[in-house]
Amino acid sequence: MNTQSATEVFVSPETVAEHFAACRYIADEPLATAVFLAIRLGKPLLIEGMPGVGKTEAAKAVAQILGRDLIRLQCYEGVDAQHALYEWNYQRQLLAIRQADKADIDIYDDRFLIERPLLRSLRNPEHTVLLVDEIDRADHEFEALLLEYLSDFQISIPERGTVSASQPPVVILTSNRTRELAEALRRRCVYHWIAYPEPGREAAIIAARAPGVAEATASAVARAVSAIRARPLAKPPGISESVEWANAATVLEKGGSPWPEAFRRAIGVLIKDEEDLALMRTELPRILDEALA
Amino acid sequence: MPLTLLPRECAPFLDFVHALRRQGFAVSPDQTETFLSAITLLGPRGMEHIRHAAIATLAPPIERMGAFEALFRAIFFGEVRAAALQDSTEDETTVNDREGHEPQGEVALEQEQGGAKASAFERLSTRDFDQTDIGLGAFRRALADALPRRHSFRQLRVHSNGAIDLRRSLRDIVRAEGDLAVPRLRRRQEVVRRPLIFIDISGSMSGHTDELLALAHATIQAIPRTEIFTIGTRLSRITTALRAQDRTVALARAATAVDDWNGGTRIGPALKAFLAIPRFAAMARGALVVIASDGLERGGHAEFESSMRRLSHLAHRLSLATPLAGDSRFRPETAALAAVLPWLDDLVDGSSAHAIARFMLTLDRPAPRASAVWKEKAHAFSH
Repeated sequence: MNTQSATEVFVSPETVAEHFAACRYIADEPLATAVFLAIRLGKPLLIEGMPGVGKTEAAKAVAQILGRDLIRLQCYEGVDAQHALYEWNYQRQLLAIRQADKADIDIYDDRFLIERPLLRSLRNPEHTVLLVDEIDRADHEFEALLLEYLSDFQISIPERGTVSASQPPVVILTSNRTRELAEALRRRCVYHWIAYPEPGREAAIIAARAPGVAEATASAVARAVSAIRARPLAKPPGISESVEWANAATVLEKGGSPWPEAFRRAIGVLIKDEEDLALMRTELPRILDEALA
Repeated sequence: MPLTLLPRECAPFLDFVHALRRQGFAVSPDQTETFLSAITLLGPRGMEHIRHAAIATLAPPIERMGAFEALFRAIFFGEVRAAALQDSTEDETTVNDREGHEPQGEVALEQEQGGAKASAFERLSTRDFDQTDIGLGAFRRALADALPRRHSFRQLRVHSNGAIDLRRSLRDIVRAEGDLAVPRLRRRQEVVRRPLIFIDISGSMSGHTDELLALAHATIQAIPRTEIFTIGTRLSRITTALRAQDRTVALARAATAVDDWNGGTRIGPALKAFLAIPRFAAMARGALVVIASDGLERGGHAEFESSMRRLSHLAHRLSLATPLAGDSRFRPETAALAAVLPWLDDLVDGSSAHAIARFMLTLDRPAPRASAVWKEKAHAFSH
């Protein structure tokens, strides 16, 4: 993989958008600006938005553009320093102590250190992009743990001292906003909220992400999904669901189902809630008629 | 960078930051500096660049984006600050009904007749709370011990019945030059389940609202993770308002945060709006949900029933405290109550704050489901 300097690649928001498009990710101007600013100011990028709007995909696209490895830290309640920063290999340390007998041995050597995502990205900032995914699932203690890393790009290991990055690593945090993040964390980041796209842009996204889908189908799906999201659903479909729906309907159509029927039969790919399905059963025919008109 | 050294062109940007702070947006000096750096970096080639830079670096909460945009237009385009700024007192959230319409019926009529939306002071003067202390001190002290707990994923040091903490044990061994000291143990800690309280503030509940808010205030003071919402014609979050230690201050803040005191009841749409916002729905997961309402739903009860079903699946325990149950002749026979009964863990007396407080202090004890309790009662009544 050919690693490139982030500041050389992202010279303006427009180039960011072009690079994203080359990775089949259609970034609007605010997202391109936020990514550009985060990279050029050397700050982490915090992306918030409803599930399925492309937050994680944006991080993957950045890693792909820069030709770097994506290190992903999936957050959950209870994630702590041992999972995120580093851990000592205790069994190995004990064996080494016994093996050394009376000789001096440094049990806090690199040999006994197990790197976790944050430390790995800190030690290798020019070859990695760190994705801290769904930070809202972690608890407040973990957010506090991240503060030192996010502001100074360093972490303190009591036995070793402070480890700092040689250059600011590219860090992207995502949140579904199931809870408020601390102000301290928000203000350390460049922020972007990904909203559901307009039908025109969603059609372009579907066309980019699902090359097998005809342009007219992509437009119809985008219009229909936009109308479906306007209904009072418990779980409005995300962009990823739209792409899957377009793909599934195309597969069914190639298998012999006529158009409106193919959409109707593939609805389980788009709507994943029993009550929403019940609501859509009555409203979908009209929505599809309007979308296909 | 000292202010005097900044070029004159920076003045509008700093004015914007100051205006944001005056409207209650938390903007740190670091963020201001980053904002100025971002503008420098971008050129900028238009107002859109400045707007994008402001949003990216000053990170306004999405709920207050309207107020943020209005301020931006006011500072940079000289537009008159519209009513959008009036929603900027705190981070409380008000959710309209499911169609996202403006308040309808009497509430809308009141606003039309009253001209401009009432100021917080005016509204406060029309919604006075009974400040008499109703003696919830004992409840407040006993609550933390009376609520059920759950295992957290976080671990604490213990002296028995725990897993070996290898990291700290090894440190002890090294400090003791190889002697095996008593191994350190740790175990997952226990945390109190979150109380989530919905208070019906409709006209039919107006006689109970003051007491219920006092109870909610006592609960949040005892368990800081408590979340409080009001439901009437719309859903409003008053958690932050009630966090103030002084009850008078807390209730005054709550008065400004809620618009639909003594209006109609639309419990179903309000609960549906709650569940539709992932941030709110996550609060109900594993929580002790107490709904203080008479359950007299306006219109059909299909949404009420489906929302209660969803809440029941999310919550650890779902309880409805209705003032009607204070009457010995009460039976859950209205269509709405009969529909939600299968989803309730408890349907209890909510005729006073003390009755609900007494019930909340028993939440740790397992109880049969509400439908079983009321079936048994109905059987007893018939004989």
